[in-house]
Amino acid sequence: MDAGIRFRIIKDRIFLGAVILFSFMLLLPLLLILYYIVVNGIGVINWEFLTSLPRPMGEMGGGIINSMVGTLMLVIVASLFAIPPGVFAGIYLAENKTGKLVNTVRMCVEILQGIPSIVIGIIAYAWIVVTMGTFSALSGGVALAIMMLPVIVRSTEETMKLIPDTLREASLALGVPYSRTVLKVIVPAGVTGILTGVLLGIARIAGETAPLLFTAFGSPFMNTNIFKPVDSLPLLIFNYATSPYPHWHNLAWGASFVLVVFVLGINFFAKMVARRWKVQF
Amino acid sequence: MSVVSVEVASAAGVSETREDFRDACTAKRPGRPGSSMTSDSLFKTVLYASAVFMLLLLGGIFVTLAIDSVPAFKEIGFSFFTDTAWDPVFKKYGALVFLVGTLLTSFVALAVSVPFSLAIALFLGEYFKEGAFSVFLKSAVELLAGIPSVIYGFWALFVLVPLMQNIEMKLGVVPYGVGILTASLILAVMIIPYSASISSDVISLVPSDLKEAALSLGSTRFEMIKKVVFPYARSGIAAGTLLALGRAIGETMAVTMVIGNANRLPTSIFSPSNTMASIIANEFAEATETEYIACLIQVGLLLMVVTLIINVIGRCIINRMGVEH
Amino acid sequence: MESSVLTIEDFCAHFSGNQVVNDVSMNVEDKKVTALMGPSGCGKTTLLRCINRMHELIPGTGVSGTMKLHDDDLYSLNPIVVRKKIGMVFQRPNPFPTMSIYDNVIAGYTLNGIRIKRSEKDRIVEDALKKAALWNEVKERLHRKGSFLSGGQQQRLCIARALAMNPDIMLMDEPTSALDPKATAHIEELITALKKNVTILLVTHNIAQAGRVSDFTAFMYLGDLVEFGTTEKLFTVPEDKRTEEYLSGKFG
Repeated sequence: MDAGIRFRIIKDRIFLGAVILFSFMLLLPLLLILYYIVVNGIGVINWEFLTSLPRPMGEMGGGIINSMVGTLMLVIVASLFAIPPGVFAGIYLAENKTGKLVNTVRMCVEILQGIPSIVIGIIAYAWIVVTMGTFSALSGGVALAIMMLPVIVRSTEETMKLIPDTLREASLALGVPYSRTVLKVIVPAGVTGILTGVLLGIARIAGETAPLLFTAFGSPFMNTNIFKPVDSLPLLIFNYATSPYPHWHNLAWGASFVLVVFVLGINFFAKMVARRWKVQF
Repeated sequence: MSVVSVEVASAAGVSETREDFRDACTAKRPGRPGSSMTSDSLFKTVLYASAVFMLLLLGGIFVTLAIDSVPAFKEIGFSFFTDTAWDPVFKKYGALVFLVGTLLTSFVALAVSVPFSLAIALFLGEYFKEGAFSVFLKSAVELLAGIPSVIYGFWALFVLVPLMQNIEMKLGVVPYGVGILTASLILAVMIIPYSASISSDVISLVPSDLKEAALSLGSTRFEMIKKVVFPYARSGIAAGTLLALGRAIGETMAVTMVIGNANRLPTSIFSPSNTMASIIANEFAEATETEYIACLIQVGLLLMVVTLIINVIGRCIINRMGVEH
Repeated sequence: MESSVLTIEDFCAHFSGNQVVNDVSMNVEDKKVTALMGPSGCGKTTLLRCINRMHELIPGTGVSGTMKLHDDDLYSLNPIVVRKKIGMVFQRPNPFPTMSIYDNVIAGYTLNGIRIKRSEKDRIVEDALKKAALWNEVKERLHRKGSFLSGGQQQRLCIARALAMNPDIMLMDEPTSALDPKATAHIEELITALKKNVTILLVTHNIAQAGRVSDFTAFMYLGDLVEFGTTEKLFTVPEDKRTEEYLSGKFG
C-alpha cells in the first residue's frame, strides 16, 4: 500500500473522528442545561410552590400557580384563534395545489413563520393593547396565535397532501358532494397529522416570552379574566432570573423545571400520537 | 320497463325505481342536489376566506409597523439608521448600534454553529443512518430544539457568564461576562438543531447509486462526501443554514439576558451591546412618549425588513445552487 | 332484443384541446357484462369516467354527445345524483382507512346523510357483502378496520360498497390489475355471478380477461370505437383488421 493511499485513508479516519466528536460535543450543553434545571429545580418544587401565589419581592416562599394558570389560559386563547383558520387554510392549500393565490399564500405563511417573535408582540400591542387601553391575556393569546398559525397551516397542508387521491375519488364516485368528501373522509384520514401539528404548535408557544412582554405583561395575582394582564411561566422565569434576589433565582429554576417538563412532554405526546394513530392507506 | 330492484333494496324497505331516480333529481327533500350545492359553495368560501386571511394578516402586520413608525421617521429621518447614540431621555434615537449588534451576534453564532451542525448532519444522514447512536443523537437534537429560549438565557446567565468572566480575566479583558461573544455562543447552541435537522434530511436523500459510483471508483468515504454528497446536497444545506440564520436574527430572550444591555457599538467581541430584538424587549414596556414608542416600533420594522432581506437573498442563493435538480 | 341500460351516442371527450374519445356510440345491455378493451391511451378509461362524470374533477376537460341511463340524460342532471346511481370500482382498492368494514359498506348512505334504521343498515351490509362474496370471511369482524384485509378482499369490499347503493350499472376500471392471480380469479368469478343482479361495464387491458368474463366486448383504439359485438363473435371472427391484430398481440 503506497503512502498516497495510506494518507487518504488516514484523512478519512480523521474526518470520521471529527464528525463523531463534533456531534457529541453538542451533547455537552444539552446535558449541562438539563442537569442544572433538574438539580436546581427539583429542590424547589413542593406543594406550596405549585399551589400558591408569588410573594412580594424579598420575601421567602411563594409559588407559581398563577403563572401555570396563565400559561394555560394563553395556550387556550391562542388555540381558539389559530386552529380554525389555520386548518382551513391548510386544507385550501392542499386541495388547490397550484395557482397564483395558492403560491402567494404559501409564501405568506413562510414569511409569517420567520417574523421575530418580539415583532409579533409589537403587533399585538398595537392592535389590542392600545385599543383596549390595558395589557391583557387576550392580547397575549392573539400574539401567540399569530405565531401558531404558520405551524398549523404547514402541518395541515403536508398531512392533506399525503392522503392519496383515490380516497377522494372513492367518495365522490359514491355521489358524496365535495364538502362532505373533504370533511368526512379526507380530514378524518388526516386527523392524526393535524393533531400533531396542533400539539407541536402548542409546545412552541408555551415557551414563548418575547411576545408576552408587553401584551400579557405579567401579574403577581391570580387572574382568570382574559381582559386583564396575566403571568405565564416563561415571563416569570425571565423576571425572576434577571432580578437581584437569589431566592427568586431558585424559584426560577423550579419554574424552568416545570416548563421544560411541560414542553418536552407535549413534544413527546405529539410523537406518540403520530405513531400510534397512524392511518394506513 | 322499470329497473329491476335488487333484492337488497326491497328488503331494506328502500324502494328504488326509475321514478324514484327522477324524483331524486327534482324533488325538494333533505339531501337534494340543491342543498349539496350550497353546502359545497359555503365550504369552498370558508376555505378561500381562510387563505385570504393569511394574506390580510401579513399585510396588516406590515401596514401597522409602517404606519406606527411614521411619527419617528418624520421627526428623525434617515439618521435613525446611522446614528449610534440611543438616549431616549435626551431624545436621541440612533439604531445603528442595534443593527450592528444583531448582525454581529447572528453571523458569529452561525459561524460557530456550522461545523457542529454539519457534523451532526453527516452523522445522522450518512454515517449512522440507523441504530442506537442515531436514535440517541436525533432525540438529543430534538430535545435541544424544544427547550424554550428563556431557559437558554437563564442557563447562560448563570453558567456561561461566570465562565466567560473567568476567561476574560485570564485574557486581561474587562470581565463583564456578558457581551457579544456570550450571546453568540448561546445563540449558536440554539440554532444548531435547525440547520442540523434540515441538512441531515437532505444528506440522507442523496441517491445511493451516486455514492456507490464514487466508492466503486476507489474513493474513500471522506472523498465521496466531499465530491458527491456535498455538491448534491448543497442547496438543502444552504436552506438549513439560512433558516438557522433567520432564527438567530430574530431570537430575543436568550440574547437579551446575556448581551449586557449597553447602548454602544461593540469595540471587541467581548463588549456588551444590544440587538434590535433586545432593545425592544428591554425598553418597550416602559416607553411612555409617542416618539419613543414610535422609534422602538421602527426598530421592529427594521428588524423585520432585515429578516426578510436575508431570507430573499438566501432564497436566490439557494435557487442558484439547486438549479441542477 | 334485451333492453339497454346505458346508451352512448356520438360521444367525444377532450383534455386541454387533445381529443381523447372520438364519436363513440354504443349500447350497454342490461344484466350483461360488457368489456371495454384496448391498448394504453385508447380512451377506454376516459370514456368510463365520463359516464359517472368523474372526468369533471380534472380541469380542462370537455365533452360532447349524449349519454343516457334509462332515457335520462346524464349530462342534464346534477353530477352528484348521477354518481349515486352508478357504482364505480377502481384500479387500486380504496376502502376508507378510518372506517370499519361495516361502515365502509354503508358509506354511500352515511356520507350522504341518508338516515336508515340500524336493522336496515345491517341488512344492506350483509346483502352487499354476500353479493361480493366477502361475507363469510369478514362476518366475525365487521367492526374492525378494512385496511388489514388482503388486496383481493379489499377490492371485494369496494365492490360491496358500490353494490350497497343499488346502482343501475357498475363501472369497473381495471379492477384486477393491482391484484395477484388468485385474487384476480376470485374477482372474475364474482363478476360472472354479479351480472345476474346488476349491469357491469368493465375496462380491462387484459385481453384474456375480456374473453373470459364478458358477454359483449368493445375494442377501442386511439379514441375510436373500432368494433363492438358479442364477445364470442369479436374474438373469433372480428370484422376489423385492427381488432384482429390487437387480439393476436401485434400491438398493445
